[in-house]
Amino acid sequence: MNYNWNWRVFFDPSPEGTGTYADMLLSGLSWTIATALCSWIIAFSLGSLIGVLRTLPSRGAQRIGTMYVELFRNIPLLVQMFLWFYVVPELLPGSWGTWLKQLPNASFYTAVICLGFFTASRVAEQVRTGIETLPRGQRMAGTAIGLTTWQTYRYVLLPNAYRVILPPLTSEFLNNLKNTSVALTIGLLELTARARSMQEFSSQVFESFTAATVIYLGISLIVVTLSSKLETRIAVPGSR
Amino acid sequence: MHFGHHRSVALKATVVLASAMSFTLGAAGANAQELTGTLKKIKETGEITIGYRDASVPFSYLDGDQKPVGYAFEICKKIAEAVKTNLKLSKLEVRLNPVTSATRIPLIANGTVDLECGSTTNNVDRQKQVSFTNTHFLTATRYVAKKSAKLDAIEDLKGKTVVSTSGTTNIRQINEANTARNLGLTILPAKDHAEAFLMVETGRAAAFVMDDVLLASLAASSKEPGTYAISSEALSKPEPYGIMLRKDDAPFKAVVDEATAKLYKSPEGKALYDTWFTKPIPPRGINLSLPMSEPMIKAFASPSDSADPAAY
Amino acid sequence: MFTDFDFGVVLSSLPYLFGTGMVFTLTLTALAASGGIILGTVIAMMRLSGIAALAIPAKIYVNFMRSLPLVLVIFWFYFLVPYIGQWMTGASRPISVGAFTSALVTFTLFEAAFFSEIMRAGIQAIPKGQTSAAQAIGLTYGQTMRTVILPQAFRNMLPLLLTQTIVLFQDTSLVYVISLTDFLGAASKVAQRDGRLVEMYLFAAAIYLVICITASTLVRRLQRRVAIIR
Repeated sequence: MNYNWNWRVFFDPSPEGTGTYADMLLSGLSWTIATALCSWIIAFSLGSLIGVLRTLPSRGAQRIGTMYVELFRNIPLLVQMFLWFYVVPELLPGSWGTWLKQLPNASFYTAVICLGFFTASRVAEQVRTGIETLPRGQRMAGTAIGLTTWQTYRYVLLPNAYRVILPPLTSEFLNNLKNTSVALTIGLLELTARARSMQEFSSQVFESFTAATVIYLGISLIVVTLSSKLETRIAVPGSR
Repeated sequence: MHFGHHRSVALKATVVLASAMSFTLGAAGANAQELTGTLKKIKETGEITIGYRDASVPFSYLDGDQKPVGYAFEICKKIAEAVKTNLKLSKLEVRLNPVTSATRIPLIANGTVDLECGSTTNNVDRQKQVSFTNTHFLTATRYVAKKSAKLDAIEDLKGKTVVSTSGTTNIRQINEANTARNLGLTILPAKDHAEAFLMVETGRAAAFVMDDVLLASLAASSKEPGTYAISSEALSKPEPYGIMLRKDDAPFKAVVDEATAKLYKSPEGKALYDTWFTKPIPPRGINLSLPMSEPMIKAFASPSDSADPAAY
Repeated sequence: MFTDFDFGVVLSSLPYLFGTGMVFTLTLTALAASGGIILGTVIAMMRLSGIAALAIPAKIYVNFMRSLPLVLVIFWFYFLVPYIGQWMTGASRPISVGAFTSALVTFTLFEAAFFSEIMRAGIQAIPKGQTSAAQAIGLTYGQTMRTVILPQAFRNMLPLLLTQTIVLFQDTSLVYVISLTDFLGAASKVAQRDGRLVEMYLFAAAIYLVICITASTLVRRLQRRVAIIR
């Protein structure tokens, strides 16, 4: 193989002058984590809301929920990224659009919003499934003891539903984290983008991508471990 | 002309098998030529793969029909002809593969592309992974911005968001300048020149840092050419562009060097240059009006593959 | 704000968008889905074989692929496939593969991990008694799988396999990062050439939306039918 291996490349200074290539990858990692966490907050809250809408008795609420899910699930993430980044500012009134485009870290905010809305549609489906798998008696019992619909969801249905869907929710969280890499197309300097820049500056393709791969595997492992710890902690005693 | 992008795996496998068989037969015949590396591969497969760019106007870019054209692309076609003659092939299929600034070097190294025809700066760092033939252009790093923004000197960029194409020497230079001069820039890497220019066009970035010749052609072919200005201050000396080929493949490089040297020294080379830099070019018939500079005339008169800007 | 919309740009680029871009997207989706399902089934059978030497590598493969972002995998394979080809054919140099082949290999290998999870669930859902019954009437392992288990697993899992194929169809848009001309790549090339981003990206989004909603509606209908047969 006609390739010059150099594993010490990580300790070479990067041309950005602010540190080594390893520092560059770590800064990418922190953007990846920041984007994943911020967008997850949106995805989790909005997704729960939409998921609940789809289980309410009101037809109108169900329809809104369904439309949201269909819209955000049926357009590729990359296209949604471009819509938020290139199209939305043009459709806003002139001064707003300009303000939005000149925000520092505009690609970070765009990525957070885009991933938040995209992942929300997936979280919504999990929440809906979670609520629907609960015995119907739970809802009825809530109503019977005089809880309002809001209280029934808040104190009975959602706490149980979240416990049921914790494993699929964990994998949605990981999907969301992996999807942050799509934001490199709008200039977000996350981990994959940094690995790519490192490859370009240093010409060490395999070392750069191997490092990124190992980091992603590590994150997955940590998240899965934490999630199963959480699962045992929040389990309702005697529910299994 | 049809190019084999959409070849099925099955067909590919047949080609591999066929070439493997012809190799075995050739070896059994014991009269095979002593070919190595890329030349051997081209001889066996009857194919040469040229890497082209999306938007390196006028070097290598897609015209109105989304077909690759350009100055460097034409040079590569001439090289392919020279290779065909050299190997005494009756037929040589030219396959095309799109490359970006980010993918071009790995794709040369991994054998996907044999010649990269575009606007690749020849420098010492890159020579660790690839090799370059004779210089076909010289250009310095500058930036383009909207005229209304009045960003003529590098100091004017302080605190702004600028874009450059990922994988280029230019993004490296702006990063270095950012640190050295404490400019506080946000530097966005774009996938290709068109995307980067778009960021300036749509107001996503204040300036696009790139080789001045590419900036001039991007601005000239934009919707409103009059609204853009290229900085007078440069971030680098004029640096050489070369066509890339695989490293440590002296016989192939010799053929390519000979072909390019012959072309550049002949009137045909000057004519080729004029076609792309002093005449209307596709798709919109703009004229870049960039007659050959003194150093360029010298570079053509005595072709060189040196990476050192001082050599020109 | 909609006043300077120019849908003429969309209209004049339709032959390119569909003739080149959509053909690429659909071909890639169809071939990668077929390859992915076949490979996925093999991986699922390896995991359920009860033989550690087969089950463990299969499990590692699936978890590995599922932990990585597709964008990173696309970069990896774009640079790596020629070396893999060299290793598999024992050639003396990296095998030069076209961009399409490279994308096809990437998506087949990546999606196989996801298809294999579906097939594994499908195979596990078949009552154990059927395997015992098949063995009792003297069928070999291969015969049992081919004639009894897999046909049922395929039929039961068909809606899920197709849903995953719709996801794959959307994922193929990511070949944008290596500058290939799929449907989105074609749209973005026209958008950048003519400076008509708003029109082109809205149009591309609308087309994806229509295709995916139509396809998932059909899958849901199929699901109901499969459910009745069962």
